[in-house]
Amino acid sequence: MSESVAALPKGGRVRAKLDRDDVMMRLWMVVIALYLVVTLAFPLYAMLSKSVSTFRFDLTWFEFQVSDEEGHFNTAPILASALNADLDLYGETDLATGSDGRLPATTFFPEFSFRSPVMYRIRGTVDDATFLVGSTRHQGREWVELDSNTFRRVQLRPAASSGLDNFRTYFATPALSNSITNSLVIATVSTIVTIVLAFAFAYALNRSCARFKGFFRLVAMAPILVPSLLPGIALVYLFGNQGMLKGLLMGESIYGPIGIVIGAVFFTFPHAFLIISTALAISDARLYEAASALRASPWKTFWTVTIPGARYGLISAAFVVFNLVITDFGLPKVIGGQYNVLAVDIYKQVIGQQNFEMGAVVSVVLVIPALLAFAVDRFVQRRQVAQLTARSVPFQPKPDRARDRAWFACCAVIAVFILGILGVCQFAALVKFWPYDLSLSLNNYRFDLMDGGGWASYYNSIKMGLITAAIGTVIIFFGAFLVEKSNGFTTGRNIFQMFAMLPMAIPGMVLGLAYIFFFNDPANPLNVLYGTMAILVICTITHFYTVSHLTAVTALKQMDREFEAVSASLKQPAMKLFSRVTVPVCLPAILDISIYLFVNAMTTVSAVVFLYSPKTSLASIAVLNMDDAGDIAPAAAMGMMIFYTNAAARIIHLALSRGVMKRTQAWRFR
Amino acid sequence: MTVTLTPDVSLQISGLWKTFGDFVALKDISLEVMDGEFVCFLGPSGCGKTTLLRAIAGLDLQTRGTVIQDGRDVSALPPSQRDFGIVFQSYALFPNLTVHRNIAYGLENQGRTRSEIRARVAELLETMGLPDQSDKYPAQLSGGQQQRVALARAIATSPGLLLLDEPLSALDAKVRVRLRHEIKDLQRRLGVTTIMVTHDQEEALSMADRIVVMNHGVIEQIGSPTAVYRDPVSLFVAGFIGEMNQFDARVVDSGRVRVGQSEFCCRTHDHEAGAAVVAAIRPDEIVPLGTGYRPSPEDVNCEKVTLADMAFLGSFWRCLLHSEDFGREALMADFPTNAVRRLSLEAGQDIHVSLQESGLMAFARDV
Ligand SMILES: Nc1ncnc2c1ncn2[C@@H]1O[C@H](COP(=O)(O)OP(=O)(O)OP(=O)(O)O)[C@@H](O)[C@H]1O
Ligand SMILES: [Mg+2]
Repeated sequence: MSESVAALPKGGRVRAKLDRDDVMMRLWMVVIALYLVVTLAFPLYAMLSKSVSTFRFDLTWFEFQVSDEEGHFNTAPILASALNADLDLYGETDLATGSDGRLPATTFFPEFSFRSPVMYRIRGTVDDATFLVGSTRHQGREWVELDSNTFRRVQLRPAASSGLDNFRTYFATPALSNSITNSLVIATVSTIVTIVLAFAFAYALNRSCARFKGFFRLVAMAPILVPSLLPGIALVYLFGNQGMLKGLLMGESIYGPIGIVIGAVFFTFPHAFLIISTALAISDARLYEAASALRASPWKTFWTVTIPGARYGLISAAFVVFNLVITDFGLPKVIGGQYNVLAVDIYKQVIGQQNFEMGAVVSVVLVIPALLAFAVDRFVQRRQVAQLTARSVPFQPKPDRARDRAWFACCAVIAVFILGILGVCQFAALVKFWPYDLSLSLNNYRFDLMDGGGWASYYNSIKMGLITAAIGTVIIFFGAFLVEKSNGFTTGRNIFQMFAMLPMAIPGMVLGLAYIFFFNDPANPLNVLYGTMAILVICTITHFYTVSHLTAVTALKQMDREFEAVSASLKQPAMKLFSRVTVPVCLPAILDISIYLFVNAMTTVSAVVFLYSPKTSLASIAVLNMDDAGDIAPAAAMGMMIFYTNAAARIIHLALSRGVMKRTQAWRFR
Repeated sequence: MTVTLTPDVSLQISGLWKTFGDFVALKDISLEVMDGEFVCFLGPSGCGKTTLLRAIAGLDLQTRGTVIQDGRDVSALPPSQRDFGIVFQSYALFPNLTVHRNIAYGLENQGRTRSEIRARVAELLETMGLPDQSDKYPAQLSGGQQQRVALARAIATSPGLLLLDEPLSALDAKVRVRLRHEIKDLQRRLGVTTIMVTHDQEEALSMADRIVVMNHGVIEQIGSPTAVYRDPVSLFVAGFIGEMNQFDARVVDSGRVRVGQSEFCCRTHDHEAGAAVVAAIRPDEIVPLGTGYRPSPEDVNCEKVTLADMAFLGSFWRCLLHSEDFGREALMADFPTNAVRRLSLEAGQDIHVSLQESGLMAFARDV
């Protein structure tokens, strides 16, 4: 065929003239792509460059001269490095520091006294040498002469360079690098446990005639409505130092890996359940008929039909859970105790030690497994979609009393676990003083008396959730529409798709930290956003962009590809088609996106923990802070407030969807 | 650039190429469509019919070549700046709009008043035989009704060119035949220039004024239905449209070929004497002469055959004939029912048949 291509007549390819709609759509696509660049690519770049920037005091850069008691400078100038060698003050490693590092000049003069009449001179030996006198910054080779009282306030500043030193330090410090193993162990164990339980649960609901399936399905989804640190609080009440079930742990502490794994199973369960349930629901009944015709034992059928049929679902669920656990911050923060994991390390480095470079290094380390898990998940999802389109007959389970009872029991145990965690939190929130005074009171709801932001943070959360849902839905759906339905511009559209997928691979902690580096930079005009509600909204939209985008794309792909062509042939503007057909037809998906954004905005902790200000504290952050301050019962109370709010939002969403369905989707029902 | 056209050329395509990467989907297509003409693009699946139609519409731009519509060069224009209505195989009806609003879609924003639009839609519904369906949603209509709504929407704005991409292929056979007539009828009444894509030869033969037969991205032949049926220019066209018996032959001299031991009068076109060719004849060009027939020396193209098998197909019998000259390959022949009755033909008989001279053609062998 390629020889025919060579037969193409000379001359340029026919270039499309664009009409106004094409131009507008491309412009808008560029605008939304720019939004993603500014809110995602730039911050991540800022973080990456932070992780490779190193600071150390270069003592050869500074020179001192000391006068006699009369103020005459008789002795020769001397380098700080020479003084250091004489006095044997600092070793090589002591001189490494952070961007804020300061070294008092007086340390080089052991006999220094601020009352002495001796005068001091200091200067740099290179142009970049910087030191502070009080808060005044000096740079360069000019001598600065100071009396001893002022010299007391001289501080040397480190030299900046870039390299992998921070990473070397990281891996040379076991206290830090051990977290990698810890995180991997926790994530792996949690994944295995969650997948087994979720599979059993999904299997029971799809393949047996157990009773109360609808109720179980509802319960399984409940953990999505609460922040991941809530199960941690419940576990503290149950198994903590004063926990009523402490004995069950046989001397082990709940603070550490055990607590994290139990909590992680709780909050990842719905995600795994949903994916596996879908995989089981689409597998083909005909295979089971074939298996029973061949008289295969149930056990053999299970391993040769059920598991292979659900394998993509299982793999995908496993990587999603792994990703959720390894990137989660709230839970290990509450229940991790001395057991360090990567996500908490970032927080500790940044908030605790103000070591931003090391925070960036841990972030880079955390991105790697998260990115891998994400890539595998995407790959597998694609395969699953292909499987879905095959014509298959859904499986209809037949009643079998003994088996159905067993599956019912299995579901019941898991449901009790989920409801138990929520129940404990609600109960603890309502009693006066666990476990000594169990009489009921509303004292724990007087949030304004505690640190953490009070009721204002709760209202902030609702406000943030609503704004995020409104703006996010518009941006994300419109972006997906442009990328799916515009003509030509293939490269631009591919780049856009890539950007839209990226947020899913970026852990919340990493995103939040990246935002500090980017938006808190005084040189950045966007830094007016820092500390406002706007940055919380932007961060949350970006954080949860991918899933929403995929929801929108799926809905858009189900529309006839030729609508745009028809509309253009009828000389109607593209926006008319968008508002009259695309939006109404996709309304269910649009509502799904907005509820997803709202619920996640209410529960997210990881990204926003770096970005809230006293005025914009959020409910989920308040849970974290109150727990940190020892106000565990109020923390539980606030956590449950989030739960009820989200539950109410879901109910409203359901009612709204029904109403909308009736009004605008009449065409769906014959 | 000055464009000189005879006034009644509606669409002129010249030197049109379309490539997808290394793959050439359309190769140097040139074509003229007259005003008010009904043209069918006919060809096997994947031959590039849809690609050509989409290039004409501006939906997928050609790589090279020009498209001139009503004297205006529209080669690079977006669909919104060309003048056409289109109906897709899927109909692409807006599912959330009623039939009325689907048809009215293109009438809005054109300076028409509401009542004008209403009247126009009512008129179209009447024309299409859908007068009381206007408040239904597309999902509530049958396939044939959806088809008509899509057609009504496409012609609502009275476009100068109507493009139909396999509009009937999603319908069952009966509805399909009825709609063929309706579409053709409508087209004649409106006088709208129409291009229809199909891979169904019957559809093309019964509807088109002219058929464009395509294969592998090139035009094999353009001509009226009778022309492409009677005088196919290539073995591909001969085989694709209608049924065709094919067998190896050698040209003896102009107008004569040898098959086996016998010579036949044949339209040898411009093949040289001695050339190896494929001779072809349609089943209905083989005429039965009966069992007792005694060929006279004047008889040309008379062949003795064995009537191996007969199947009754209503107005004719499909018969399989064996003969020494044609070797192991059976000849397929369609004998009219009354001829079979008149000659009392039965399977197993040895009979004589005549291969009609005008129906026997020689083609170059396909490479
Ligand atoms: N976007 C594309 N990218 C690559 N190849 C394409 C693309 N669109 C069409 N083709 C190829 O071009 C050729 C012609 O396609 P086209 O759709 O025009 O066929 P068609 O004649 O309409 O067939 P059918 O009767 O099946 O509809 C096919 O071989 C097809 O694979
Ligand atoms: Mg086609």
